[in-house]
Amino acid sequence: MNWFNAIIQGVLVGGLYAMYATGLSVSFGVMRLVNLAHGDLAVGSAFIASTFCLATGLSPFLAIFVVLPLSALVGIGLQVAVFNRVVGVDPSYQIVATFGLSIAIQNVLLQQYAANPRALNIGEFGNQSLKLVGDDVVIGLFPLSRFVVAVLVLVLLSLFIGRTRIGRAFRATSDDPDIARLMGVNIRSIYAVAFAIAVTTVALAGIFNGMQTQFSAADGPALLIYAFESVIIGGLGSLWGTLCGGIILGISQTIGAEIDPGWKQLIGHLVFLIVLLVRPMGIFGKDELR
Amino acid sequence: MSLLEVRNISAGYGQFQALFDISLNLNEGAAIAVIGANGAGKSTLLKSIAGVVDVIFGEIIFDGESIVNLQPHERLNRGIALVPEGRRIFRSLTVDENLSIGAYSRRQGVWNRELVYEVFPMLAKLTDRRADKLSGGEQQALAIGRALMSNPRLLLLDEVSLGLAPIVVKKLYEILPRIRATGCSLIYVEQDTNQALSASEYAYCLLEGQVSLEGKPSDLSREQIASAYFGIGVNK
Repeated sequence: MNWFNAIIQGVLVGGLYAMYATGLSVSFGVMRLVNLAHGDLAVGSAFIASTFCLATGLSPFLAIFVVLPLSALVGIGLQVAVFNRVVGVDPSYQIVATFGLSIAIQNVLLQQYAANPRALNIGEFGNQSLKLVGDDVVIGLFPLSRFVVAVLVLVLLSLFIGRTRIGRAFRATSDDPDIARLMGVNIRSIYAVAFAIAVTTVALAGIFNGMQTQFSAADGPALLIYAFESVIIGGLGSLWGTLCGGIILGISQTIGAEIDPGWKQLIGHLVFLIVLLVRPMGIFGKDELR
Repeated sequence: MSLLEVRNISAGYGQFQALFDISLNLNEGAAIAVIGANGAGKSTLLKSIAGVVDVIFGEIIFDGESIVNLQPHERLNRGIALVPEGRRIFRSLTVDENLSIGAYSRRQGVWNRELVYEVFPMLAKLTDRRADKLSGGEQQALAIGRALMSNPRLLLLDEVSLGLAPIVVKKLYEILPRIRATGCSLIYVEQDTNQALSASEYAYCLLEGQVSLEGKPSDLSREQIASAYFGIGVNK
């Protein structure tokens, strides 16, 4: 067994989980919206990237630059068409609307792409690695760059929310949407921006996931669970907490897999349940978005 | 000239109607008081003017134009700012950031951060403190300062004195003439009638969602106010 290696791999996977979770964290933080279709949006984005790559023969890395702007538009569209109607009312409407959206996306994907799994081929880069500590620790270049991108996304987002005018309006809306409106904030456009960010980050996560492993139309809900667990372990509404939550989940899974390959998911879920029992507000849990 | 004209409005929350056929007039630069007991509809009236409560029936004319169909942020852009009941400052934001949100509309005018800090010196040394760490009086000053940052033409003050020590209330009311001096009109809503009446030229008393009495504070007797406020006794 190589615990140190397991921890390193766990941290790197955690970066991906954090990226899944960022959008949930933002949409919950700003508009108290829990989007059950979050994972399906990730899978959908990976399929669109795959279609783009097959049609053009270009690298999946280039597909990112096509899919992300598209995701932002999809996010704004969904906000205007669906979510503006369910924000700020009884949460059961949100559950029905987003659960419905989840089923709709899965079935559209199934219809369009059938049940066969796909992957995004990034060629040699997927196999390259750095060897550390006398070959005991092997760090894949792709997981490493994915982790770096995830941290970068969180740094940018945190600067945006902490330092900019619109970011301030995000936090004000999170504190008290009614008063934010009274102070001149058009909260519907704030919600649209928040949701554009949520869909864009989860699309990036979905593409990164597809670059490493296969994905198929029905994978969304499983990804949603990882995202939920990361957000809740880290603490609702805290972006850095979300990164930590993702890393803790990742490490738990790789350590679990080290003990017994069948325990990977189990240990992850157990750690999540323990955090929920011991510290229900999460590790960095506060009532604010930072 | 009339800045705000509320014409026969009825308003409420869902199935519950809180205001019945209320009319009110406010001249540019004036200050009026709206008094009444708890639940009389005072806050609902201010919220209807600010746009967070739907008007079921009637008209609200601001600066010659109807505003009943405008969103709250559009009304703020025209110069209507509300200091809400219970202060409702943005708790996780600093004092400075709260003021920045007040200025979100980018309306031009005399008010800016420096002037707010000059008028409310208690805030000037707390600029980077989180708003939920402030005392009640400081929070109220911040709520007023935040509204002023939008350079309002009409400032709606909902129960400024609620839950504050008399000395703090006195201090806040001493500042209000400075706000009026900038040309801003005021509507005070208070349960504490003396404070509001002494600071205004005209007063409306609400009772169960209707205007039960109106007039210049100097023309209104204590008995008249008491009977209009509580709905007991006979109007003279």
